[in-house]
Amino acid sequence: MSATSRFGSDTLVAEQITVTVNGILVVVADGTTVAVAVLLQGTSCRRSVSGQPRGPLCGMGICFECRVEINGTPHCRSCQIVCESGMEIRAGE
Amino acid sequence: MAAATCAAESGLHVGMVDDNPGIGGQIWRGDTINSATEAKHWAQRLGAAKVDVACGTRVFGHPGTGILLAERGNDVYELKYRKLVLATGARERFLPFPGWTLLNVMGAGGLQALVKSGLPIEGKRVVIAGTGPLLLAVAAYLRHHQANVLMVCEQQSWTSLVRFGVELLRQPQKIRQAISLQGALGGIPFVPNCWPIEAMGRDSLERVVIRRNGKTETIVCDYLACGFHLVPNTEIAELLACEIRNGYVHVDEFQQTSRADVFCAGEPTGIGGLDLSIAEGQIAGYAAAGNKSAAKMLCKTRGKMKRFAGVLDNTFTLRPELRSLPSQTTIVCRCEDVDYSRLSRHTSWRAAKLDTRCGMGPCQGRVCGPATRFLFGWSPDSVRPPIFPTSLANLGALSSQSITEHCEVTGGCA
Repeated sequence: MSATSRFGSDTLVAEQITVTVNGILVVVADGTTVAVAVLLQGTSCRRSVSGQPRGPLCGMGICFECRVEINGTPHCRSCQIVCESGMEIRAGE
Repeated sequence: MAAATCAAESGLHVGMVDDNPGIGGQIWRGDTINSATEAKHWAQRLGAAKVDVACGTRVFGHPGTGILLAERGNDVYELKYRKLVLATGARERFLPFPGWTLLNVMGAGGLQALVKSGLPIEGKRVVIAGTGPLLLAVAAYLRHHQANVLMVCEQQSWTSLVRFGVELLRQPQKIRQAISLQGALGGIPFVPNCWPIEAMGRDSLERVVIRRNGKTETIVCDYLACGFHLVPNTEIAELLACEIRNGYVHVDEFQQTSRADVFCAGEPTGIGGLDLSIAEGQIAGYAAAGNKSAAKMLCKTRGKMKRFAGVLDNTFTLRPELRSLPSQTTIVCRCEDVDYSRLSRHTSWRAAKLDTRCGMGPCQGRVCGPATRFLFGWSPDSVRPPIFPTSLANLGALSSQSITEHCEVTGGCA
């Protein structure tokens, strides 16, 4: 399922993935979703129709609050998409 | 997973379509699929049964009998089936209160899903609030991951919770779960008769105000994880014109819906948790394959657990005070930013939609629908395709790629 290796019972050593969020490099463990990369960068995911910053609510692809632009495609549900190396994410705009 | 495995083990060619990025649904999300014993068991059986698995694939339409439309990334697929098992799970019910749209105010399951998806939670101060057994499961999970869980606020009264506890005593498996949960909670304050009344912060959450036994209290925290029990995802079943009774997909003893070619298992048929869902999934999978003797063997197990589902619904009913949580300016529909004052003028879901666009944004009322049902007693009229937003290109460009299956199991959050 993932390139994650397991050592011992609780310790995970995962491959690191680098993406950019609004041009800023963010390094995450393999298997991390785009929503988490955006949260780690410290920005909101999107602006609501009246301009409020919004971030993840349901975490499972239902609420659409975590929509971001990924590699030029707008309205991607960031909580349901796993980071891939080199992904360009635009969020909070 | 259980339905797909059992159908495939009974000789069917099975495809499994899941909206989530990996198999395992919400409970076995992320790396949990590799660590939980029962998850590993089902993942291995699923693999050995040679089920074709398509994750990150979202069903959005049903153009005719035996066909579903789904998208994955920018691609659209036509899925053909002879038998279909729906295992679409449940979502959290969210209730609006001032500040609930602030960053870092999330669902209880929502925060847990993000942690399973890689969010570091170590040392973060978390308040968990709302209602239902999920709150305790989330508290235990977050504590295990070194979060600083400050409090679990349960809106229900002690009296109801004690009745719930008595019912648990009838279920040996649930008692074991409860005892291990008690250990995992390790002294996190659990406060009944308590609910959030306001989340505050400049750009993101800084503190939450709770009402506790008639008094207000302010707690400084990093995350508010807040969910008011669960509502079933019945959209695909409704699209397929399966009969819905009291909000749930109606099924017979073989998990067959009112449509002969469609089965349904898990939360859409009644909120009952993991064990019940697995039992129902197996029954649905065997029954879809015509293996009724294998299905019948599991009926007794399911019956015991089903009783528990009824108790859950009765225990975690919402107290009427929660209807007065929103202020006039509290956003109720987050997609279209419709506030409480604009909705409270209307007398029906349809009238409110026509005037305010409430429920007409991308989530299609999945969040504000259950909220307005509680706040105003409204019920949405009907489900219309596409049940998820999709591009015009996807709606138009069908059929270049098509997967043909004899049996299709669709899960994830739909």
